[in-house]
Amino acid sequence: MDFFVDSAGPLATALGTTIVMALVAGAGALVLGTLVAAARISPVPVLRGAAWAYTQFFVNVPLLALLILAVFALPDAGLIMPLAPTTVLVLALYEAAYVAEAVRSGVNTVGNGQIEASRALGLTLGQTLRLVVLPQSLRAAVQPIGNVMIALTMNTALAAAVGVVELTSAVNKLNLVQAQPILIFTAAGLVYMVLALVIGLGAGRLERKAAIVR
Amino acid sequence: MTTPTTPSVRTAPTVSLYDEPGPRTRRAIRLWSVVVVLALAGLLAAGLVQFGSRGQLDADRWTPFLSWPIWQYLLVGLWGTIQAAALVAVLGGALGLLLALGRLSPRRPVRWVSTAYIEVARTVPVLLLIYLMLFGLPQLGLDLPLIWKLVVPLTVANSAAFAEIVRAGILGLSRGQREAGLSLGLSSAQTTRLVVLPQALRFVTPSLVTQLVSLVKDTSLGYIVAFTELLYRGQVLSSFNHLLIQTFLVVTLVYLVFNGALSTLAARLRARPSRRSPRRAAAPVPAPASAPALD
Repeated sequence: MDFFVDSAGPLATALGTTIVMALVAGAGALVLGTLVAAARISPVPVLRGAAWAYTQFFVNVPLLALLILAVFALPDAGLIMPLAPTTVLVLALYEAAYVAEAVRSGVNTVGNGQIEASRALGLTLGQTLRLVVLPQSLRAAVQPIGNVMIALTMNTALAAAVGVVELTSAVNKLNLVQAQPILIFTAAGLVYMVLALVIGLGAGRLERKAAIVR
Repeated sequence: MTTPTTPSVRTAPTVSLYDEPGPRTRRAIRLWSVVVVLALAGLLAAGLVQFGSRGQLDADRWTPFLSWPIWQYLLVGLWGTIQAAALVAVLGGALGLLLALGRLSPRRPVRWVSTAYIEVARTVPVLLLIYLMLFGLPQLGLDLPLIWKLVVPLTVANSAAFAEIVRAGILGLSRGQREAGLSLGLSSAQTTRLVVLPQALRFVTPSLVTQLVSLVKDTSLGYIVAFTELLYRGQVLSSFNHLLIQTFLVVTLVYLVFNGALSTLAARLRARPSRRSPRRAAAPVPAPASAPALD
């Protein structure tokens, strides 16, 4: 057990990397996903089609394949970014598709009367979306989006497969030295569970605050 | 009744979001369409120019993928993907069904164990489970064939997801179904088996297919354990032909086509006005002529 204390520094740094990756990618996925969801319900057919293609692509292709493509293959075409930002970008693009689906299912919970009322008040489509539909659908989508964020945090572990030193990668290295796989990986699993618990509780609290009782 | 599944995937937005467009709106839509097309075309062009400037578009870098042996090599990988996915689907589905019933069980210990398992399995990265399997089990003197090093962790993770889907289906079913089964004199187990599950499972079939897509994607972690599946084959292939971009784009495309077909199936199932969905099944049953009068 002492080795946990001895390597506390690197482990804490790695945990920090995991958390920062999850926060940045999560914020990016939220913004992009909401935009994609808005495009998905827009009156411009091309925009709808593009948003549909976007979600279909990222929902059907494995994240690991995308990470490998971005980290190992795209540099051959001269597209190089530092490792960590690349993985965060791919993660954000990937999870944005799931956020978009969650937001869109939230949009479907907004009553028709709301939309009719806003149109009757003379709001333009942009105003209807911005002031009436999205605020309500985002609230209805808090729990589903929370689940996407938990999945995103779990998926940061895949960054280990392309060489980012985050929590999973760090404990794997520690295990190669200490050869205590069960202890080490169980401990890491507990840390991830705590992260997921924090997100879940946060989403629950946010939902109680924001939920609209219909 | 709450719908446990996300509403239909490909339908147009609610009709009432905007009016039938008038001439001005139609012009605006046309303008925006042009802007969007131009922006997307610009993006594509920039990508192609970038690829072209590095010679990634040269014909000799793509023609290998027109030859049958290369495809044969990759399709063996796809077959591995399908095998692993099928095993996980069967094992994870069965375990998930048990866990869903366990989580809804009236017996408290069963409920607690099932709930704890589901919550733990949902919140631990699959990669960590794979590492645990790869390094932990040999230490206990247990060494499994390669495919199980992928299938077991994926089963652990996916069974929790399956359990939650099935549970949503059971909870979405009207309470009266169970009560009716019990009042007909069926035992609790019989009611579950003959009345509740057939309806609940039919109800969540689209979500189960969607989970199948996610599971096929998870098998790409075979890359980590060096199990012969599509992504791993792509990796091996690219280290021979040094066509990284082309190989991984082709692999991505194969995943897209395979999973896209599954996703389309899920969308179809979701959109289909299900003739025998639980909601409808209850309605059309007319009161039989011999029904005892209540008054």
